[in-house]
This record gives sequence, C-alpha cells and structure tokens, in this order.
Amino acid sequence: MTERLQLTVIDRRDLVLGTGAVAALAAILPLSTIAMAEEKVTWKDAMKAVVGDSKPAEGKVSLDLPEIAENGNTVPFTVTVDSPMTGGDYVKSVHVYATGNPRPDVVSFFFSPQSGKAEATTRMRLAQTQDVVAVAEMSDGKFYMGKRTVKVTIGGCGG
Amino acid sequence: MAKPRVKIPKSAKVGDVVQIKTLITHKMETGLRKDKKTGEIIPRQIINSFAAKYNGKEVFRTKMHPAISANPYISFFMKVPGPGEFEFIWVDDTGKSWSTKKKLAVS
Repeated sequence: MTERLQLTVIDRRDLVLGTGAVAALAAILPLSTIAMAEEKVTWKDAMKAVVGDSKPAEGKVSLDLPEIAENGNTVPFTVTVDSPMTGGDYVKSVHVYATGNPRPDVVSFFFSPQSGKAEATTRMRLAQTQDVVAVAEMSDGKFYMGKRTVKVTIGGCGG
Repeated sequence: MAKPRVKIPKSAKVGDVVQIKTLITHKMETGLRKDKKTGEIIPRQIINSFAAKYNGKEVFRTKMHPAISANPYISFFMKVPGPGEFEFIWVDDTGKSWSTKKKLAVS
C-alpha cells in the first residue's frame, strides 16, 4: 500500500515536469525503467500480453542455454516443459523473452497433444549479457516460468 | 532467396516421439539496423511464422520475432499417429510463403 502511495507522488512530480505520457507509465513501471519507457517495451509488458493478470509459478520450464555466448548473433537454446502431453494435460504454448534486448519478444511455440514432448529448439540474437525467460501456458490455463542468465561476449543486434 | 530444408527420421513406429529439424535461409532483417552509408533504418523483413502439419492437422506452430537469428533453425517433436505426410510452411513479413512436404515411413 505504501509503495502505491509513493508512486502516486512521483507521478505528480513528473506531471509538473510536463511529461504526461511518461508519468502515466511511471505509475505502473519500476523507476529504473522510466528513462527508456517512451518507446521500448519491457519484457514484463510483453509477458503481460500473454499471461494477463495471472502470475506464473516458478518451475516446470527449463531453458537449456550456453552459459557464455561468444557470438550474440546466434545463441542456440532449447526450452523444455515438464508435461505428460496427453489430450487432457498438455502444454499449449511457450513464450521466450530476452529481458535485455531492445525488443524483448523472441519466439512463441504452440504445441498440441500430438507433439508428444513439449520441447523446441531455435537460435536467437542477444544484445548483451542478460536473463532469458520462458513462460509456458498449460491446457488448464495455468502459467509456469523458467529463467536463465547468459553472458554475451559480442552483442548481436547489428548496431 | 529462401530455401527450406527439413530432416525427419527415415522410419518410425506408431507411438514413437520423433524429432523434426528445420532450417530456412533468410536474412531476418531486424528493422533496428541502420544503413552505414545513408544512416537510414533498414526496414524489418523477417519470417514471422512457421507451422508443421501432419496429414493436414497442425502439430506445431511458431511465431517469430526479430530476435530470431538469420537462417532460422527450428526443431520440435511429434508423436507418430500413423503413416502420413508432413507439410511445413514458412511465412515472411511481406506475406510471401515457402512450403515443403515430407512423407514419413511408418512400420
């Protein structure tokens, strides 16, 4: 509750500075992201588009990534979700976010009971050392997430 | 420009969970890069979706964003329901699509 009150105060101060749009965002985003809030979408916003108001539980989702990626242009990774993959209990989709990329969305995989195994592999670009997050939506509507940190030697967003 | 390549097992039994590996050549232009001479942003042009069907039924689908590397590689699994044919479809930002078919030998 106190946190919400504090944010309202900051909100007002920003309004005085005449940046209405930024202030509106400041009310919902952590302070550290305000500077880049204008056009950059945070990974939490991107994830919200998928999970809505529900909070994904930790677990079931594992990310297999190199600990150190020498070339950020092509970082291979595999995401696996623990599920029996039957008609009544399967993984509907998995969404991957690169939290430190200018655009955090990476990929969404959509599975079916016919998939047999909720596992997929691809290669992504990573701009810098960061956390990679994967969120899985189960057939019962529950969400689970997994996280891994990757060290990137040379960033791969072609500046 | 884009050339799809797919690898599936030579043969499989009903109920086996088989891995399918796919690759398509594509530059996957992010829309964030600038032309070094003119300073203008090079427009985004990526393959944004991939789907795999088996006997006409969708088994697996992928939505891709600019963070996917050039020449996108995707691998996934399928539980073999019986003999049949795969169809793989890639679509890029301009709506252009590429597809390829593969028969799975089931014993």
